[in-house]
Formats: sequence, structure tokens, C-alpha cells
Amino acid sequence: MQADTSAVGHTTPRDTPLRALLVTLGVCGLCSALVTSAVLTLRPYQAAHRERDRAERIVAMVAALPGLEQAGSPVGGVTLEARVVELASGRFAAELDPGEVDVRQAEPDPAFSEPLPRERDPAGIGRRPHHVTVYLVRRSGVLRLLVLPVYGAGYASTLHGYLALDADGNTVRALEFYEHGETPGLGSEIENPDWRSLWAGKLVRDETGAIRIGVARGQSDRTAPEARFEVDGISGATRTGQGVTRLLRFWLGPDGYGPFLERMTRGGGQHDG
Amino acid sequence: MAEAPGTAGRTLLRPLLDENPVTLHVLGICSALAVTRTLATAFAMSAAVIVVLVGSNVTISLLRHQIPRSVRLIIQITVIASLVIVVDQFLQAFFFELSRQLSIFVGLIITNCIVLGRSESFALRRGPGLALLDGLGNGLGYALVLTLVGGVRELLGSGSLLGVEVLHLVENGGWYTPIGLMLLPPSAFFLIGFGIWALRSVRGTPAEVGALAPDSATAGERA
Repeated sequence: MQADTSAVGHTTPRDTPLRALLVTLGVCGLCSALVTSAVLTLRPYQAAHRERDRAERIVAMVAALPGLEQAGSPVGGVTLEARVVELASGRFAAELDPGEVDVRQAEPDPAFSEPLPRERDPAGIGRRPHHVTVYLVRRSGVLRLLVLPVYGAGYASTLHGYLALDADGNTVRALEFYEHGETPGLGSEIENPDWRSLWAGKLVRDETGAIRIGVARGQSDRTAPEARFEVDGISGATRTGQGVTRLLRFWLGPDGYGPFLERMTRGGGQHDG
Repeated sequence: MAEAPGTAGRTLLRPLLDENPVTLHVLGICSALAVTRTLATAFAMSAAVIVVLVGSNVTISLLRHQIPRSVRLIIQITVIASLVIVVDQFLQAFFFELSRQLSIFVGLIITNCIVLGRSESFALRRGPGLALLDGLGNGLGYALVLTLVGGVRELLGSGSLLGVEVLHLVENGGWYTPIGLMLLPPSAFFLIGFGIWALRSVRGTPAEVGALAPDSATAGERA
């Protein structure tokens, strides 16, 4: 093997703009093919990991709530039950198996979802699935918690999380995002336990029924009336915070779980017809 | 220039100690600070860098007669970025927990100066065989530093190696109180600094000219 100095240091006849363009395009084409095939081949494996992670997080989130340490296991009379809800009517769809309702698959499929007009889509999700799997946490047979999947556009990615509400349907117990691609150190702070703990006890609606829950701009003023509904914003992540506010208001509103929450609280949570 | 005997061996071995990219050129420091809190992440990061470095060196070497000089940086970065994405996807598929801990630092291999540096200063001038050995040697040199730093940090910071408790911790009824500083990135800075100091005390300080030349190995051989 010889040291080859001709490739560097001299302008050769092959160094024309056309050739530069062609070689660059060729390399880009090959690289795109490589990246695309790797992403497509590996996607099922990644999805399986994410799915397991998601399931573990629900159990962990519910188990961490005060008084529910035994959730996820039948010990202590606490049970975690998965049920399919039809969003439009708010009814349980008893004929559907929770294990087979996959929002990720339903979302792009016209048979399982419907398009949302822009003005009714503050969360930026484009299509709303017909059915969603929610989780009911009971203690000694009494409904204690509703765990609802929520998702929507953040700043750089779609945020996927779970919202745990009291049986009254109006008090937040926990909000956890298990998947996002927000800026590390800024938007990713939505995973920070200190910030997540701010959500406990916040109210969704005020006395008039208007949805007020959200993330404040900057520090929320603890003496202001909004303090009952808002948590502190994350500095440097204003857009992520706005995304969280919008997705919560969408999913808790009439196009989200509104009808379901109304049915659950009106019936005292005992009737799941 | 005739092929000197042992060139292949030297290409592979010299970046391990005498021309270690981290201790001589002080390259790749960003990731060395960020991912050496435990030995496991240091191993994963080392493996990722070795794969990218070997892949980019061989690819660039194979293409070296085709690459026009005016766009060579663009082409090198394109190749490196593609390899990094593939490695990142692979880690996410088969080493989910580790890839979560490494977070953005696998992606940042694209900007690791060692990769572009070896491609620019070595692979563009040499055949694929030597380029492969050079990539492997430099990758292993980087891995050596990461492993040492990761090992010391995990041992002193958490009392364990690869998650197995080696020093019996006070909180588990033992005698060892972990050094909290070792869990923080600055400790890697200190360790690498001490390492460079020790190495240069023993092996001598490299001439500044040699350290700053684009490829001191080539310069030395040509001299």
C-alpha cells in the first residue's frame, strides 16, 4: 500500500463542480438507503421495548401514588383494570379487547380514527382515534383513580404520557410523560420528578365548568386564583409547556375524555355499563 | 515510499498509548466526560465509537479517489452521520436501557473530533486495510481511556463495577462511603488530566509541532 497524496492537496481535473455534485448526490443516495433500511428493519424491536416500558410506567406511576402502593397486584384489594372507551360517547366498548386497541396503529387508519379540523385540534394530533384504552384503579371495589393516556405536540416532538385523575374526574393526581423527543435539559424536564410532583392536587375545571388546567408562563403565582389550576413553567421550555397545556385541555375537553369523565362522575363511578 | 515492515502493527498499536487520540490530541473529551459515570455506559459508548470510526475510515478510504476535494468534508460528515444513526438505532433496538442512559451522546459521535480527524488525516490518503487498522486502533485508544475513567468513577462513586458491588457500602452495612464527586462530570476531567500528566511524565512530553500536525504518524514516517 502506498501513501497516496494525489487525493489531497492538488486540484485535479476530476475536481469540477459537476463531478462534485454527482459524487455528493451518489454518496447521499447510498447513505439514505442505508439509514432507511436500518430504521425500517429495527423499528419492530424498538416498538416492543417502548411498549414494555410504557406498561411498566403505568404500574410504577400508580404504585407511587399515596395509598395505592399495592396497585398492579391483587394484594391489598387494589386492582388495575384496562378498559376500552369510545371517545365520542364516553361509553365503555365492552366488545373490544384492551390488548388489541392500539392508538399508535389506529391513528393513521381511517377505519379506526377520524380527522380533526384544525380549530378543534389544539393538541396538534391531526386524527382522533375512535377508541382508547384507559385504566381504572379500584381499592376494595371502589373506584379511586382514572389513568388516561394523553398525547400531543410539544416543541420538537410528540409527547406521550398518562394522566391520573381522582374518581371525581376533576383532581389531577399525577402526570407522567413516558416518551418524547424534547430538547435534553430543557423540554426533557417534563420527566423531572420535582416538576411532575407539582401536578398533584391541581384542578381541571373551575366552578363554571371551564377547563383551566395548564402550565403557567414562568413561575405560577401561588396567591393568584390560577394557582389551583396551573403548575410552574419550565424555564427555557415555554413551547413544551404550551404543548402540555394544549394537549391536557384537548384530552380533558369535549373532543377528548369529556363525555367519558361526565359519565363516570355522574354515575359515581360505580356503573360501567 | 516502500512499505516499512510492521506498518500495519504500528498503525493499530500506536494510537493505544503513544498517540492516543484522547491523551495526545485531547479529542473526544465531551463524550468522555458525559458517559463515564458507569463502566457499562463507557463500554457501550466505546463500542459505538469503534464501529463508527472503522466504518467511516474504511468507507472514506474506498472512496478516496472519487471524492472531489472541494466537497470532501460534506461527504465525510454524511458518511459519519449515517453510520451514527444506524448505530443509534441498533442500540435502541437491542440495548434499550443503555441507549436511554447514553441519550444524546451516541448522536453526538457525529461531532466527535476523533472520527472526522482520522478520516481527514488518514483515511483520505491510505488504503482501506490500513484505514481499518487506524480506525480500530484509535477506537480502542478511546475505549481504553473511557474504560479506565468509567471504572475508576464507578468504583469510587458507586462502590461497584458493572453494577456489582465491589466496595461494601456503608448504606448496606459496609465500610465504604462513596465519593459523590465521582458521579459528577468534572471528576472525569480531573481523571483524564491526571492521566495525561502521568503519561507525559513517564513517556515524555510530545513535541508541540508533532502534537499539532494533522497526522503526526505520517509526518514521522516521512521525516
